[in-house]
Amino acid sequence: MIVSNYLAKRFEELQRRQEAALVAFLMAGDPDLPRTLEYARAVEGGGADVLGLGVPFSDPIAESPTLEEAAHRALRHGVHLQDVLQIVRELRKSSTIPILLLSYYNPILRLGEEAFARRCSEANVDGVLIPDLPIEEATSWVNQARKYGLARIFSATPETGDERVKQICEFSSGFLYLVSRYGATGAREALAETALPLIERVRPLLPSDLKLVVGFGISTRPQIESVVRAGADGVMVTSALVARIAEGISPEALSAYVRELKEATRCPSPAPS
Amino acid sequence: MASATKPSSVAKFTELPKEGKFGEFGGQFVPEILMPALRALENDYLSIRTQARFQNELKALRTDYCGRPTPLYFARRLTEYAGGARIFLKREDLLHGGSHSINNALGQALLARELRRSRVLCATGSGEHGLATAMACVLLELQAEIYMGAADIERHATTVEQMKLLGARVHAVTRGSQRLKDATHEALRAWVTHLQDAYYLIGSSVGPHPYPLIVRDFQRVIGDEIKGQLLRREQRLPDLVVAAVGQGGSAIGTFFPFVQDEKVRLLGVEAAEAASLTQGTVGVFHGAKTYLLQDEHGQVQPTHSLAAELDYAAVGPEHAFYKKLGRAEYIAVSGREALEGGRLLAELEGILPSLEAAHAIYAGVQRAKKLKRDQIVVITLSGRGEKDLRLYYDRQQLSGQAV
Repeated sequence: MIVSNYLAKRFEELQRRQEAALVAFLMAGDPDLPRTLEYARAVEGGGADVLGLGVPFSDPIAESPTLEEAAHRALRHGVHLQDVLQIVRELRKSSTIPILLLSYYNPILRLGEEAFARRCSEANVDGVLIPDLPIEEATSWVNQARKYGLARIFSATPETGDERVKQICEFSSGFLYLVSRYGATGAREALAETALPLIERVRPLLPSDLKLVVGFGISTRPQIESVVRAGADGVMVTSALVARIAEGISPEALSAYVRELKEATRCPSPAPS
Repeated sequence: MASATKPSSVAKFTELPKEGKFGEFGGQFVPEILMPALRALENDYLSIRTQARFQNELKALRTDYCGRPTPLYFARRLTEYAGGARIFLKREDLLHGGSHSINNALGQALLARELRRSRVLCATGSGEHGLATAMACVLLELQAEIYMGAADIERHATTVEQMKLLGARVHAVTRGSQRLKDATHEALRAWVTHLQDAYYLIGSSVGPHPYPLIVRDFQRVIGDEIKGQLLRREQRLPDLVVAAVGQGGSAIGTFFPFVQDEKVRLLGVEAAEAASLTQGTVGVFHGAKTYLLQDEHGQVQPTHSLAAELDYAAVGPEHAFYKKLGRAEYIAVSGREALEGGRLLAELEGILPSLEAAHAIYAGVQRAKKLKRDQIVVITLSGRGEKDLRLYYDRQQLSGQAV
């Protein structure tokens, strides 16, 4: 399976170091493009293993208000896909951090799946997550992503039955994004009760070359520690970072917060199955 | 039911969408968390829709509670005014609640009860759909949770008070533009957090499969009745059928029974300020591939129709399919023209239509003028105009001053 080099290498390194991956997600263009660059570098400096950049979309469905509002702020600055790719190119001048784009489907469809995949590949994007593209609608996208060497990140949720998880895995590369709690995204203090049993249920269904990254509502060290102990290869932190940026946190303080979260990924995990 | 169907055309217009699609349109472009719920809904609905018990209960309630069949009224004075084809009005404005919305709300509320859901979530623009949902929920002992943009609540305060009186919980949505699409986002958020006990009652033939099919099934009673009533009265089919298209629920219900009658022309009338079919391009919005008002980056554009139910950037996927096939024609009418159409109907027939329906009235009269006297135009009068009284009044004042 061809998976983007940076992403595969990063997971290999992490496995050697017995760490889980910290995937840090920012909304590109919120509050503006220059500061997204600063925050992205701060997040990398804080030890994030993978950077996720959201492509702003006017109508994200089943998204947390935090992320929807961040997208709208970015759109008010006229930030679109090509600007997000420009950020990726800037970052790439000095960094090999694996970079994922998270984009709703319509901006991709508007440009054309192939043109989108090609531009991502040219900018050295490592993978793409399209939240409103379930596997039923994803065949042509998967072909393009394969052709251009992009990791195909799909989600599974507590609602997803075992058979469907296996089907989703067949469409995926890089990692499976496991949505750990019911409902739209958003940071919650307590980890959903569904999270740990879900990880235990899904873990054995994954092929050996697919990692498991858990997200939704993760914002604290104890949450990360329990998720990693339950067998996740990584955690994705989204709303917690976007909300701090919305409050005007300094890049230094964001970096410190990420460092604290990253510490939690180094807790001893059970022997890999 | 009699019809002038040509067998050759049947295959093109499938009764059931294939893999959730009408041609290339429709589908299920939703986050994974909704997929099992949609799959279950599809399976349950496909089995329930053919059950005699369900259909009999729906039919009885439509008759006794909603007031069906609604009259097919020959508008004599409007016909004389136009001086062309005879104009008939399908009086959906006479239904319980004052609009076609109850057709769909009642059907889906029954479905929710069959699926043993205790709560029903919906998003509404002008409040027509919210009111109909509130009524159906009282009837079937379900809790209605209605999401409505704060700006729309302000414009339609009386309707909101009615909903509250009927025991509905009305959630004011203060995010974004405070309109229908923001209310939709909030209702969807509520749905994904309460998938186990909540039913999402979509207001029109939009959204992911199977919703466009469900809504068409519950709204097709409009077109079925038109067909039967006209055949009984005139022993023939209409030459032209006209309906307003916002998201497209009442229009698809009007059109669908005529789709295979190739001689019957279908005219969908959009608000010029929200004309997704006439000015949009193909995109994906709220779970379906369809025509969409979007910019070159694929961002959805804001709409500005005075008619809240037409104020939507996209349209039901089955209309997109009909447009692409050329089976239905779609045109746009401005808010000013619609007000003119509404006023005309009030002055000539003593019927004040909703602003949504007024779009169809205006376009239907224009077309009737160009047709022959022995031809027949049917216009779906989808709702009554009380909710828009202030708009009619304000705009008349405005145009009066302008003259």
